Amino acid sequence: MNLREFIGLAWESISGNKLRSLLTMLGIIIGVASVIIMIGISAGTEAAIEEQITGLGSNLVYINQNFSRGGPAAFQPGGGGGGLVYDDAFAIADNISGVEAVVVEQPSSETVKVGNVNLDGVTILGSTADFPSVRDMEIVQGRYFTQQEVDRKQKVAVLGSGLAQELFGDENPIGQTVTVDTTKLTVIGTFEERGLVSGIDFDSQLYAPITVVFQKFTPAQFARFLGDRVRQIIVEVESPEVLEGTIEQINLLLARLHDVNLDAADFSVTTQQDIIQTQEATTEAFRSLLAWVAGVSLIVGGIGIMNIMLVSVSERTREIGIRQSIGAAPNDIRWQFLTEAVVLSLVGGVLGVIVGVGGSMIFGAVSDMQTVVVASSIILAFTSAAAVGIFFGFYPANRASQLDPIEALRHE
Amino acid sequence: MAVIETVDIARIYGKGDISIRALDGVSLTIEQGEFVAIMGPSGSGKSTLMNILGCLDRPSEGAYILEDLDVSEMSRSELARIRNERIGFIFQSYNLLKKATALKNVVAPLLYARNHKRSKQEMEVKAREVLVAVGLEDRIEHVPTELSGGQQQRVAVARALVNDPAFVLADEPTGNLDSRSGEEIMALLHTLHESGRTIVMVTHDSAIAAHTERTVHLLDGKVEKIVQNGSAHGEKQIIEVQHESA
Repeated sequence: MNLREFIGLAWESISGNKLRSLLTMLGIIIGVASVIIMIGISAGTEAAIEEQITGLGSNLVYINQNFSRGGPAAFQPGGGGGGLVYDDAFAIADNISGVEAVVVEQPSSETVKVGNVNLDGVTILGSTADFPSVRDMEIVQGRYFTQQEVDRKQKVAVLGSGLAQELFGDENPIGQTVTVDTTKLTVIGTFEERGLVSGIDFDSQLYAPITVVFQKFTPAQFARFLGDRVRQIIVEVESPEVLEGTIEQINLLLARLHDVNLDAADFSVTTQQDIIQTQEATTEAFRSLLAWVAGVSLIVGGIGIMNIMLVSVSERTREIGIRQSIGAAPNDIRWQFLTEAVVLSLVGGVLGVIVGVGGSMIFGAVSDMQTVVVASSIILAFTSAAAVGIFFGFYPANRASQLDPIEALRHE
Repeated sequence: MAVIETVDIARIYGKGDISIRALDGVSLTIEQGEFVAIMGPSGSGKSTLMNILGCLDRPSEGAYILEDLDVSEMSRSELARIRNERIGFIFQSYNLLKKATALKNVVAPLLYARNHKRSKQEMEVKAREVLVAVGLEDRIEHVPTELSGGQQQRVAVARALVNDPAFVLADEPTGNLDSRSGEEIMALLHTLHESGRTIVMVTHDSAIAAHTERTVHLLDGKVEKIVQNGSAHGEKQIIEVQHESA
């Protein structure tokens, strides 16, 4: 017998018992489909994260308040680990070379009112003049506020595209007044639509000078002594080449200003690269967990195949005896059953790929998560299905091949 | 020329004190073109002898020469090849592949043929030829459940012949059949014999055995007597009696 004849024989046997074959394949189908769907989800998540992070702007350095140190507990007049303050941003901008722009952000959630329209819980993002360039935001109408306006605490506002639409509809918002809490701000510009970036909806926010936000919405208790606290300062450097040196300078400068040692600093400096790496490590861990889960389900599927093949061998003992009597050698019998197990697994693999690809697409369409069908995951799933078939088919096939023809012929 | 020659073969089951000699020193020669019956009560060793002659089993002692080959020391795989190329089995319970058509049942031995590989078409042509020869030209695409017992046994005969074996080994070929179908099968075997086939038939039925040229009577694992069946005169002639030796 050649391989084609063995495959034909296997196919006859599998299609002759459709329901049982389908149930046997179910484990493999689920295993293969879950490999593809899970890899699809994690690859989609990874792609989305990367897209979002790089979408935040390029060559950015993030300086964060280090919450484990500093903070109010470390309050000492005149510095000494009090955390990041607004003035740190200017110190960086003024003293460090290679810095393109510095932005400080201070969010606050307020009620926004225009005429009869009343919106609760709108994010008022206080920032400085470099915000559009650092965050890659485009002004579509009017302008953004200047640093002078920030310094003078001018009551002006720039609207995200969605917010502008909600508040003013098709009306021109420029020059109009919006009431935030009790403060009246004059709209001087609107942003182009930006969408969701890193889970933040830039379109629904209202942008105001950070000084206004400090003064009106988030007054700090000790601002008079300590300066206004900020959670994050974003620095845009001129080019990736100067990134290292700039970080070094920022560290030294802030350590000196805050009067702390670098190894016990009340701030931390990270780059986009660090964030991407952290995210990748997370998705990598997620992915290997999923791979294990999928691997286990493939093994369970394989055991299902072995089980049915063993049942099949004992049910078909008479057939094996007949085949032996007309000249089937042990190898012929072994190949017959091994081929059957492998064909069963491969058909299960094909169905699993179909279910997996379809499932990924449906999942991507109905959920917020992005899914990507990775070609290599199909190959991986398929080859592991074949490997499972060979591995778990071998024992039953070998058992069949070792049957004694006389006993087998006598079997009822 | 002898097709089958057994030299003092024995088949011993078990070991030491509890061993049983199912066959004990059987020497038998069957010539090309002979039609021979092997008879004996149950426990006489006729099944054991049949298994050995059919290369389903090997003798524990002695030699079994099939045509020009000593098959008594062959491996399982080599024996499978001998069964495929040189032996055609006919069983009491037909032993057809249940889900396969008559044609596929007859093609099956050709699929297991080792060296002379034919194409699928050639195999089917050959199988059809043999099915027509046994009178099943209108049952070729039927599965066993759609065939009568006699027809199933004809398929089995066709399967036994398709590889052009050295001899046909029939085990109670009429045992499961009504008398009319049984006679038809016996008539078919006679036709085969007349065309020059060597046939060895195992039976416990002396009426069936009387169809053959010689009957080998087994008792307690030994050849009790060999009777020449004078078909012309209806009288039997004992030509050889094995002497008790142990």
